[in-house]
Amino acid sequence: MNGIGFALPEIFMLVAALVVLLVDLFLRQHSRILTYMLTQAALLAAALLVYGNFADGPARQVVGDMYMHDYLSSLLKVMALLLTCVIVVYGRKYWSDHQEAPGEFYVLVLFTVLGMMLMVSSTHLIVLYLGLELMSLSLYALVSLLRDDSRATEAAMKYFILGALASGMLLYGISILYGLTGSLELLAIAEILSHEGSAETVPLLLALVFLIAGLGFKLGVVPFHMWVPDVYQGAPTAVTALIASIPKLATLALLVRLLVSGLGNITSDWAQILMVLGMLSIMLGNLVAIAQMNLKRMLAYSAIAHMGFILLGISTQTMDGNSAALFYALVYVVMSVGGFGVLILLGQAGIDAETLYDLKGLNKRSPWFAFMMLLLLFSMAGIPPLAGFHAKLLVINAVLQAGHLVLAVGMVIMSVIGAFYYLRAIKMMYFDEPDDSTPLKWDLEFGLTLSLNGVWVLVIGLMPSFLMTVCVRALDAKHLL
Amino acid sequence: MSFEAWLFYLFALLLISSAIGVVVVRNTVYAALLLILAFFNSAALWLLLQAEFLSIVLVLVYVGAVMVLFLFIIMMLNLKVEQVKREGGKYFPFSLVVLFLLIVELIIMLQSSLFDKVITTSDTTKNIDNTAAIGLLLYKEYLFPFEVAAVILLVAIIAAIMLTLRRRGDVKTQDIEQQIQVQSSERIRLIKLPSGRQGS
Repeated sequence: MNGIGFALPEIFMLVAALVVLLVDLFLRQHSRILTYMLTQAALLAAALLVYGNFADGPARQVVGDMYMHDYLSSLLKVMALLLTCVIVVYGRKYWSDHQEAPGEFYVLVLFTVLGMMLMVSSTHLIVLYLGLELMSLSLYALVSLLRDDSRATEAAMKYFILGALASGMLLYGISILYGLTGSLELLAIAEILSHEGSAETVPLLLALVFLIAGLGFKLGVVPFHMWVPDVYQGAPTAVTALIASIPKLATLALLVRLLVSGLGNITSDWAQILMVLGMLSIMLGNLVAIAQMNLKRMLAYSAIAHMGFILLGISTQTMDGNSAALFYALVYVVMSVGGFGVLILLGQAGIDAETLYDLKGLNKRSPWFAFMMLLLLFSMAGIPPLAGFHAKLLVINAVLQAGHLVLAVGMVIMSVIGAFYYLRAIKMMYFDEPDDSTPLKWDLEFGLTLSLNGVWVLVIGLMPSFLMTVCVRALDAKHLL
Repeated sequence: MSFEAWLFYLFALLLISSAIGVVVVRNTVYAALLLILAFFNSAALWLLLQAEFLSIVLVLVYVGAVMVLFLFIIMMLNLKVEQVKREGGKYFPFSLVVLFLLIVELIIMLQSSLFDKVITTSDTTKNIDNTAAIGLLLYKEYLFPFEVAAVILLVAIIAAIMLTLRRRGDVKTQDIEQQIQVQSSERIRLIKLPSGRQGS
């Protein structure tokens, strides 16, 4: 096991999760705050560990080629860990509005992140699959945390069954790939496929279709999107924020590694599939979101549309397209976590805020947070000078550069249509009278985090160059292998 | 046809027919028993491939542990089988289409010459028997994924306990801690009853 030291953040994360699990066992309900603080400390410490050993040089494979130490994985890990800190802050407010604050929430969140970290830092198909399962299993359990709520149970059931089916498809694709190449290591697979003239055969395409179908399920793109609205709506809002962020980052990494690094030789085949999936997602997501009065469902359909943009970015098969997709994903996860943060803010003891009407007159109740939500929604709609605008611009530009004029025009039209439902929410916040004028309750930590979340979107929008250089570096051939 | 090939076809036929039976049969207990038969047959197929360790583990783990639990659960749930089957019939034509597509795909795939490739075994497993080879691979080459699998099992345990353990307020159970802490003064309550004579 040479080089196991590179996996220090993962090892630390595992130990921390076990410590939180054990400590929580001996705590009484009123001292749950300790679990919360330990979780935050673990997440921050792990982020520091990853940052301290940031892979800036060429990519390295250690632990018998099973662990990948490269820029992309370090970047995604730092991002996911910090984002999870934010989600846990929101989660504490959410659970304090409900009578029970289960300690399992924190433990399972830590395990979710651990699974994600394993996924992004591997090019070995077995480790990739196990990381994916660890992450998904923790998420299934998290969705069912509110077990007396029938909608939560239904959502957990749907998520579990469809997720298991998707895993099965992914595994089937992996097994075909193994049968064809005799290797489970993505770089070895890439080499074998480049040596022989075997790149264009039917079995390889079959493996590809199964792999993309499995990943499509996990990412929630059309036509594998059916679970997304129900799960987003049924899950506790804090968990929805987690589902909307961590798995998307992990699956993006998986997609890049599998398709760009592993199956780079049959680009023309998978690029076509991604184009169709991406365009369908953008169309369906934006059109159906208009009909949603439930804010969680609306955000779910908007997530489908956003995932479409990411797929189209990757489908261009260029450096620019890939880094644009990464940029888009990094911006999107922050926006959507912020959106769910505002929903949690609006919730009151025992009642979740989830319809558009709950946003009514937010400006009168709290002008500052209404402004934060305005920033987040404008950013999702892609209005300058916010981060979402640059994300959309980069992807559309990459698609244009790759010569797909029709796709680019379609993306612009769909973005304009999509702007309607974001603007409707903003109109309700600013121009409608509040139905319910109970003052909002939040503590300093929550308020600061949510403000940071909103301001981040503005700051990145004003100065996108830093994040862009980071994204380009992450997908640079030198750093990716 | 050699004896081995003959055995292969026998076990394969039994495996496929019992697997079909699992899906078709209406009684869930029968389905579970047929699944056990399917496991035994695939264990036999593995034996033919000289993978004796895997075949024994399949019988021990799946038949010995998993399926017994399955049977317990089926009997405890007391499913209304008929209803489920009748509603499932709606999707039968669609599933036939999917089945047909899958079979065609598999046939195309298996005809490909790409599968003729000989998969090289790793250096750790040369010239040793099956069980030792699996052990060496698991604990040496694949130690990292093996540990991750252990973590997955831990999460499964946490999730299962979390979903089933609940403290219900409406159930009258004994709380032993409270029982042994009881004081004699709490056991007997002395009430002064007015005697009948005073009233008269």
